[in-house]
Amino acid sequence: MSILIDKDTRVMTQGITGKTGMFHTQTSRAYANGKACYVAGVNPKKAGENFEGIPIYGTVRDAKEKSGATVSVIYVPPPFAAAAIWEAVEADLDLAICITEGIPVRDMVEVRERMRKQNRKTLLLGPNCPGVITPDELKIGIMPGHIHKKGRVGVVSRSGTLTYEAVGQLTELGIGQSSAVGIGGDPVNGLKHVDVLKLFNEDPDTDAVIMIGEIGGSDEETAAEWVKQNMKKPVVGFIAGVTAPPGKRMGHAGAIISGGKGTAQEKLAVMEACGIRVTKNPAEMGRLLKSALE
Amino acid sequence: MKIHEYQGKEMFRKYGVSTPRGIACFSVDEAVAAAHKLGGKVWVVKAQIHAGGRGKGGGVKVAKSIEEVRAHAMSILGMQLVTHQTGPEGQKVRRLLIEEGADIAKELYVGMVVDRGTQRVVLMGSSEGGMDIEEVAAKTPEKIHKGFVDPEAGLSEAEARDIARRIGIPDPALDEASALLRGLYRCFWETDASLLEVNPLVLTGAGRVVALDAKLNFDDNALFRHADIVALRDLDEEDPLEIEASKHDLSYISLDGDIGCMVNGAGLAMATMDTIKLYGGSPANFLDVGGGATAEKVTAAFNIMLSNPKVKAILVNIFGGIMKCDTIAAGVVAAAREVQLSVPLVVRMKGTNEDLGKKILQDSGLPIISANNMAEAGERVVQAIGKAS
Repeated sequence: MSILIDKDTRVMTQGITGKTGMFHTQTSRAYANGKACYVAGVNPKKAGENFEGIPIYGTVRDAKEKSGATVSVIYVPPPFAAAAIWEAVEADLDLAICITEGIPVRDMVEVRERMRKQNRKTLLLGPNCPGVITPDELKIGIMPGHIHKKGRVGVVSRSGTLTYEAVGQLTELGIGQSSAVGIGGDPVNGLKHVDVLKLFNEDPDTDAVIMIGEIGGSDEETAAEWVKQNMKKPVVGFIAGVTAPPGKRMGHAGAIISGGKGTAQEKLAVMEACGIRVTKNPAEMGRLLKSALE
Repeated sequence: MKIHEYQGKEMFRKYGVSTPRGIACFSVDEAVAAAHKLGGKVWVVKAQIHAGGRGKGGGVKVAKSIEEVRAHAMSILGMQLVTHQTGPEGQKVRRLLIEEGADIAKELYVGMVVDRGTQRVVLMGSSEGGMDIEEVAAKTPEKIHKGFVDPEAGLSEAEARDIARRIGIPDPALDEASALLRGLYRCFWETDASLLEVNPLVLTGAGRVVALDAKLNFDDNALFRHADIVALRDLDEEDPLEIEASKHDLSYISLDGDIGCMVNGAGLAMATMDTIKLYGGSPANFLDVGGGATAEKVTAAFNIMLSNPKVKAILVNIFGGIMKCDTIAAGVVAAAREVQLSVPLVVRMKGTNEDLGKKILQDSGLPIISANNMAEAGERVVQAIGKAS
């Protein structure tokens, strides 16, 4: 088991004919069960063609009906990405994973409002995220597959390379991962830490979770309060940005300390108070998790 | 992206929001001419810099004669204005706004941002205008009133009136205030703003509602559809190194320390800065080279880091995924040679083609200090500075 995706998931790529979409579809397809899992691509102008044998459809709905794909990964450029998300939602896919970085916040506000108002079933991961991987089964996104190892620890993070860092440390210690999920660095997104923690809590094949956050917003605090009330498994954490100055956007649109809120210190304090073991040293994430398992 | 107050007010007027009459000036003579043109007996001379807190720093002065306008303009233009948002070095004042004086009966506050929790625009209002609103929020949160706006419907008349009433607008001015708030909301929404603040919004002696201030920040990701806003960018207000970095598609922020760092990924970059701090050092910058760094990009990154005279050592931390370690290593070696690197360089590389990358560094003959993990990297770069000084 795992969360969100496994070897039986069938995936379509929206934006399969763009440079990024092509490249990551290739590498994801080459990982584990990818060959069987990647079954469709979408491009309204290239319907009927194929990308290295993967059939291309004109719409998400068409791709879903004809290929059986229930998950989509989106590499569509920023000005059109929110519309691509909405197309996946309207087609009632189970999960839309948006990798695209740089989508205007207003576009995301509109799409998220519509998803809520129409009570849509589609889960959204991202945007501006590395995607999700279930080691040895399926990789959907831009993470390097080879650093992962199959196992029983869940990883959830806002940042891409920091997720890889945590995964790399775990693998080096011989600890495998059930699934690793990047929720993305944008202020308005889909699944949040708390949503992913809920999934890991219910997954019989996850024993513990590393939760990695960063400055800005209060998602980590919300997740920590939930952990305190509901989580049956150990959670360890790290928050990036102890040294980040207020008012400066640290790369991610969401990583900004505003009005004295969203500091790393504040988040770490709440997490500790909620029973999450935290470290201030990012090189210690793996070892901290290991000690939580003992 | 940020703009000046006078530019924000011009934008407000397009949305029917009342502001005092005013003229932007670049010289003392222009300021005096502006005061004549505006007429009246009272003028306000306002420094135009992007940072807030201008009043407290001496950048906003009331003049009761043309001579006073001249005197204030002379003292403010060209000054290094220090506010809590500029840092200790301050920001040079190059532009002024000369405005007609306002008859202020009451000072209020209105602001808008996108609320991450509800994923809607939140309109915040308070009867405690003119003050540090963050302090009001911390000490008397009951004095901040909020409304979360449905993006499909926009800010309704009823919602606007409700907020206006709660922040203390008297009944006769409610129509005007709600129209103003709705104008501000449309301005925020249609321009893809990320922050809008009016502090203070004032009620005048005659019962009018006027925006005495205008602070607007915009979503950088949406600038592609707002050429008119991009045209308002004032490069004098931005860090030259950050401007240079953005030309190379690098995300760079200057900090106060002396250890330059170059990392791939924003989260890992912050974590690297934190690690430096943990070992007793202090980062000179945040620098994310992004996912597709080339040798040219790495060289540009080195040049930018090294143009900060405070930098005494450099730490490179790369987790190679899509980006291969050997590519980065070749870039680092080329950059170190090209810039004739004279400060200690610590490199930590992990991930795809890690061994190849390490070999390239080793074979380069350059005095590069290698580290196996982030902790070691932090420790070694701090040690290197200790030895160098």
